[in-house]
Amino acid sequence: MATETRAEQKAINAGMASQIKESQGFDSVDSVITIRNLDVFYGSFHAVSDINIDVPKNKITAFIGPSGCGKSTVIRCINRMNDLVPTARVEGSIIYHGTEVNSSRIDPVEVRRHIGMVFQKPNPFPKSIYENVAWGARINGFKGNMDEHVEQCLRKAALWDEVDDKLKDSGMTLSGGQQQRLCIARALATEPDVILLDEPASALDPISTLKIEELLRELERNYTIVIVTHNMQQAARVSDQTVFFSLNDQRQGVLVESGATKKIFTNPDDHRTEDYVTGRFG
Amino acid sequence: MSATSDMASTSSTGARDRWKLRIPARNRTSKAASVVFLGSVLLAVFLLVLLLSVLIYRGWDWLSLDLFTEQASFTNAVGSGFQAGVLGTLLVVTTAGMMSLILGVGTAIFLEEYAPKGRFTLLLQTNISNLSGVPSVVYGLLGLALFAEILNIGRVVLAGALTLGLLILPIVIIASQEAIRNVELGQRQAAYAVGATRWQVVRFHVLPGALPGILTGTILAVSRAIGETAPLLVVGASTFLLFNPTGFFSQYTAMPVQIYQWTSRPQAEFADLAAAGIIVLMAILLTMNGFAIYFRQKLGKNRW
Repeated sequence: MATETRAEQKAINAGMASQIKESQGFDSVDSVITIRNLDVFYGSFHAVSDINIDVPKNKITAFIGPSGCGKSTVIRCINRMNDLVPTARVEGSIIYHGTEVNSSRIDPVEVRRHIGMVFQKPNPFPKSIYENVAWGARINGFKGNMDEHVEQCLRKAALWDEVDDKLKDSGMTLSGGQQQRLCIARALATEPDVILLDEPASALDPISTLKIEELLRELERNYTIVIVTHNMQQAARVSDQTVFFSLNDQRQGVLVESGATKKIFTNPDDHRTEDYVTGRFG
Repeated sequence: MSATSDMASTSSTGARDRWKLRIPARNRTSKAASVVFLGSVLLAVFLLVLLLSVLIYRGWDWLSLDLFTEQASFTNAVGSGFQAGVLGTLLVVTTAGMMSLILGVGTAIFLEEYAPKGRFTLLLQTNISNLSGVPSVVYGLLGLALFAEILNIGRVVLAGALTLGLLILPIVIIASQEAIRNVELGQRQAAYAVGATRWQVVRFHVLPGALPGILTGTILAVSRAIGETAPLLVVGASTFLLFNPTGFFSQYTAMPVQIYQWTSRPQAEFADLAAAGIIVLMAILLTMNGFAIYFRQKLGKNRW
């Protein structure tokens, strides 16, 4: 019985393997973000413990793991969004291009311009499509041709052809998938080099999800991408590197294993990773 | 059919002693509750209609432009008006409204967006909530002591306006806080994530999103101020004034004060004149509420 299940899982793994993205080796490429010994507390609650991650340049890194294991908490440390949570305390080091981000001497406003973010629920501003993209650039003092800039960002987000005749319409009138691509265009408008996506497709239908995934692969050429996802197939399809989180005995989020996506999904070192990616747990 | 028999079998096979469904009885209770609630609505509406009919019945014949063009007479109700009261009320209430809007929105923004969530903020919050429940005459005494006496501006329009402004300040703060809190967290996060400073988030996202709620709250608060009599009497609105206010440091009277004065006169005609005065007061109040609804709809539909 047990061996049969084992065999079935092997088969599933093999089936999934065909979907797993082929990536060139990137062990030696420079990492854009280096996270070392990261601990996050909410009040007295120790949410995640001792996280170490290297995010390679122009690659897609996926954070996977069961609910409540700190994936979102960690991704929100990278652009200092946890500063907005009054009780949050972040300890450890996050080096971005050689600069320590997790320091009171660094202004989070400066960080966020370089490290853009897209959220789980599409949240366009209740403004026009044009203004959704232009606003972030304008408040950061963009001095170039705004019309061109907006068009460029919308093109990069694969949305231009669907909205070029209604830029003045409210961003709220778009479909969920279009709204999420508008949010990606908005994130691109400040010319970041890293884009964080916190479960960007979990509120979308399968077709819209696929479009977002295609878009991410397109963006990967010029941007470093970190994506949190609940959907393992998604992680397998789009990411080059996968980071698996889980909970330890004290219910703290910990990093179990990280590495090339292909390895994590076909030949993980840790049995907890294997249990999770084969669907036996989580 | 099969569903019915399933339901029957569930209740017959030994489950009978564990389940007492009493569906007809529960439905009767539900029906009775809806009747009680409908009754309370009807009673409230009935009382309102009764009040309005009595007012209109008594005051209708006394409604005339004289109310706006003439000053109050104390001997002859015919041809008497309360121009000084109308102008006094408009001046006092708009000043109070402006003051409470500016102070109130500022306070609400501080409490919601800036203040650290600690004991001090909690203390502040509790005090504001309590202040909204303090009887209005107490505000009158405060206004008399603080503005009229200590600041020594006397019993003038400004003293009345500041007093009413303080009176409605807690209401404006609480309404604004509510409106600010209702701006989605996702909007704030999105703005912060593109590198906005706190002020840019407040100025371009929180305030525009909260504006309809803030305006509605403020105009409702002003509607309350317009009917206040006690604090104005304490802080020196005159019950016997035959000239219009000339500025912030002028003596003044207000519509409810004048109406109160008329009702206390022995002649029956003055009571009817007071009814006409109340109709005018209510008309102004309803107009203001109408503006509030208009603004809210307009801003709510196409924000930006």
